[in-house]
Amino acid sequence: MDNLLSIVTFIPAAAAAIMALLMRGEDAAAQRNAKWLALLATSITFLVSLGIYAQFDPANTGFQFLEERDWVFGLKYKMGVDGISVLFVMLTTFVMPLTILASWGVTTRVKEYMIAFLLLETLMLGVFMALDLVLFYMFFEAGLIPMFLIIGIWGGKERIYASFKFFLYTLLGSVLMLVAMVAMYADAGTTDIETLLSHSFSAASFDVLGIHVVGGMQTLMFLAFFASFAVKMPMWPVHTWLPDAHVQAPTAGSVVLAAILLKMGGYGFLRFSLPMFPVGTEVMTDVILWMSAIAVVYTSLVAMVQEDMKKLIAYSSVAHMGFVTMGIFSANQQGIDGAIFQMLSHGFISAALFLCVGVIYDRMHTREIDAYGGLVIRMPAFALIFMFFTMGNVGLPGTSGFVGEFLTLMGAFQKNTWVAAVAASGVIFSACYALWLYRRVVFGDLIKGSLKTIQDMDTRERFIFAPLVVMTILLGVYPSLITDIISPSTEALIANFNQSLAAADTSAATQIASH
Amino acid sequence: MIQADLSVILPEIILALYAMAALLGAVYTGKDNLASTLVWSTSGLMAALALWIGTSGEGTHEAFGGMFIDDGFARFAKVAILLSASAVLIMGQEYMSRRGMLRFEYPILVALSAVGMMMMVSAGDLMSLYMGLELQSLALYVVASMRRDSAKSTEAGLKYFVLGALSSGLLLYGASLVYGFAGTTKFSGIIEVAQHGEISVGMLFGIVLLISGLGFKVSAVPFHMWTPDVYEGAPTPVTAFFASAPKVAAMGLFARVMHDAFGHAVSDWSQVVAVLSLLSMFVGAVAAIGQRDIKRLMAYSSIAHMGYALMGLAAGTQMGVEAMLVYMAIYVSMNIGTFAFILMLQKDGQPVTDIQALNQYSRREPGKALAVLVLLFSLAGVPPMLGFFGKLYVLRAAYEAGLAWLAIAGVVASVIGAFYYLRIVYYMYFGEESEDLDRSTSPVLWVFLMGSAAVMVLGIINMFGVDGAAAAAAATLVN
Repeated sequence: MDNLLSIVTFIPAAAAAIMALLMRGEDAAAQRNAKWLALLATSITFLVSLGIYAQFDPANTGFQFLEERDWVFGLKYKMGVDGISVLFVMLTTFVMPLTILASWGVTTRVKEYMIAFLLLETLMLGVFMALDLVLFYMFFEAGLIPMFLIIGIWGGKERIYASFKFFLYTLLGSVLMLVAMVAMYADAGTTDIETLLSHSFSAASFDVLGIHVVGGMQTLMFLAFFASFAVKMPMWPVHTWLPDAHVQAPTAGSVVLAAILLKMGGYGFLRFSLPMFPVGTEVMTDVILWMSAIAVVYTSLVAMVQEDMKKLIAYSSVAHMGFVTMGIFSANQQGIDGAIFQMLSHGFISAALFLCVGVIYDRMHTREIDAYGGLVIRMPAFALIFMFFTMGNVGLPGTSGFVGEFLTLMGAFQKNTWVAAVAASGVIFSACYALWLYRRVVFGDLIKGSLKTIQDMDTRERFIFAPLVVMTILLGVYPSLITDIISPSTEALIANFNQSLAAADTSAATQIASH
Repeated sequence: MIQADLSVILPEIILALYAMAALLGAVYTGKDNLASTLVWSTSGLMAALALWIGTSGEGTHEAFGGMFIDDGFARFAKVAILLSASAVLIMGQEYMSRRGMLRFEYPILVALSAVGMMMMVSAGDLMSLYMGLELQSLALYVVASMRRDSAKSTEAGLKYFVLGALSSGLLLYGASLVYGFAGTTKFSGIIEVAQHGEISVGMLFGIVLLISGLGFKVSAVPFHMWTPDVYEGAPTPVTAFFASAPKVAAMGLFARVMHDAFGHAVSDWSQVVAVLSLLSMFVGAVAAIGQRDIKRLMAYSSIAHMGYALMGLAAGTQMGVEAMLVYMAIYVSMNIGTFAFILMLQKDGQPVTDIQALNQYSRREPGKALAVLVLLFSLAGVPPMLGFFGKLYVLRAAYEAGLAWLAIAGVVASVIGAFYYLRIVYYMYFGEESEDLDRSTSPVLWVFLMGSAAVMVLGIINMFGVDGAAAAAAATLVN
């Protein structure tokens, strides 16, 4: 099958189209059909995507499963995966069936809900596979529409504000990237990502409005892409949309947001910023490393004082993404491997944490930490699961959270010792807020009257958590499962990066010499 | 000789003769009873002419010593004009007949204004330009005040007329200056005189005044003041017409004048057009935020969209004209669907234009709401809808012409603009429960709404070949 990637990408969309065009009615039977069809489609997508995983050749650092067709406007429909993207594809297909299962309790507008999630899956998969700038941008941006609707229709009380903030914030970040893409198209004459990876954009410094821009076009393009990915990531100080969006989104929306949508930012840095604008990256590295360190410490402190569980986990996500950007911009093997590892691991752990909140929210309809306490008495299974993922979030050795944090810190240490030292303190803070949250929700006496009759997790809920537990432990004790796949590609990326930098240095030197 | 000339403008002659014959026929026979027959026949004739122009005709032909030019550019614009006019005419028929507004003059005036528009995009001379423009405008002034018993409609017609006359005056003054300094009214003669770097101050004034006059017609800021009032006051089918065909014609004329007459002095006018574009995008985006009336909102939306189309024109390159044509084609197809939706909105038989009336529309009409959702995101330029490609084209044209600042301003304005489109989505999907609107049963409107939405989604596969046609059309204009 030479168009495996397209098949995987468009199975969910096809299911969504069937639902939209053929399924009628709002009665219980129609709702059940919609749920089952969505579950079936996402499961099939996962099974088919296993084929990608099985046939993927880690030793090959180029793009695999390539598909290419001409499109309008000189663009191409081109898909492919390499060691960096293939695992994100797998993460997406893995998480989506669990998300659908987690939404089994939805009762309003079930059909539309499932359509939105299925379309979202197609768009997210497209982001990780697209090998054409504009195709990438289309998938990247289009994902905003279903997410906007998911937050706006099925969200909490402040959902309108959150959905608008989410949409406009991320749109503003992205449109600047669009201008940079147009500039790249004009400069290189192609939007093919594979070709652009070996194209060197001019790094000659010039003045814009009286400001001297070191690194010239590369720096400007880097900044434009940075505006988009930093918002998506989200990095401090443009992270403020995330807590709002998370708090208001329905559980499944939060899961997708945390597990997959945030990873698009990190993926974008690795796919575009580092390899295409090495000089721009080098110019900005110190600033970004410090921003990451601040993110880790600052958002951890903010997380500590939250009274809303989802908000707390949202801030902890921002902190963990700080490790990711720190790793990426260390631009060495440990850093980048660690960053990818951290993203994947965060995909499982944060998804599970949001699901945990969802479990008790479904029962009590509140996310206030103060409304809970002593849950361990009535819900031992939940307490165990929540404990496990809290530990994963803290980065306990043996869980996947540890590997990512350790590798990124190691990478950052080689690049900038102070940044690593500051960020390392974030690990302690994360233990503080996570354990304190656990203590307030699960331990203590069960004194709240409303909690006296709370039920433990049912079979469906246990079933959702099982694969996540397995993955967290598996990656924690056997990290080469991931690093073996990504290392060849990241090695090539770093070699390329250093080579381009060296070449740019030489040309800059000759420029100065010739003056 | 005269035969050759006539064969070039045959489509215009046919449409004009048809309009006059229909006028006479209707006056002497059934009058308003014939109105709906006339709507269908006019619309059918225009669609047939569009098909004919689109499939036949190659190369460039000039008639009447260069006064009238039939080239690829004109044909592209004419097809867009005729198709959109024909679609809008059918869409409005039911709305107007139910309210007793369907007079037999309406289709005839639309046909006459279409003749004017076809003249405009084919003009090769300042004289034929003005003829076409006035024929179009006079017909439009009358249709704007079609609803004689409504104060708002009359006001709209009057406002449109007074401001339109002012703009015609400016345009004429500019034309006379250009004539004075070039010694000819023919574009092919003007372009010889208006070479880059040797343009005289008088000529420059002439160009600026011409641009001001044309700016009125495309409703570019700061010449946009008439647009919201006219859009709001005119009957909705007429508003739909204003938002489609005349915009294409005016943009086509704009490009025609700028490239055919001043194509060698691009740097002298592109800055002016760029400023118009910038202002239109921002004023359109910001002013629409306060609007609660969907017709006024669409007026500001069209101002903003004209800003993007002008961005393509400001580039002053072949790529720019191509981008402008693609943008206009996409814009018109979006607008037809959107106005089909607006025409459906009524409560107890009365038209509704308040966007709050859309509360929870998605619950009652999920299919239509989804189509409108697609159209709104397309209008906002959010991928993967076709509207995004229009923006991409103009951005690239502007960037390659060295107008990176305009491109950046354009994308920022598009984010501001996204807000008010999202607000309509908000009412439809997230809003409070409210009283129901009437269920629309019109199959015609349904077809246009769904068709337009389907085009916005399916068009991304190959744009139905419009991009290639636009590229060919642009190549004949820019040399």
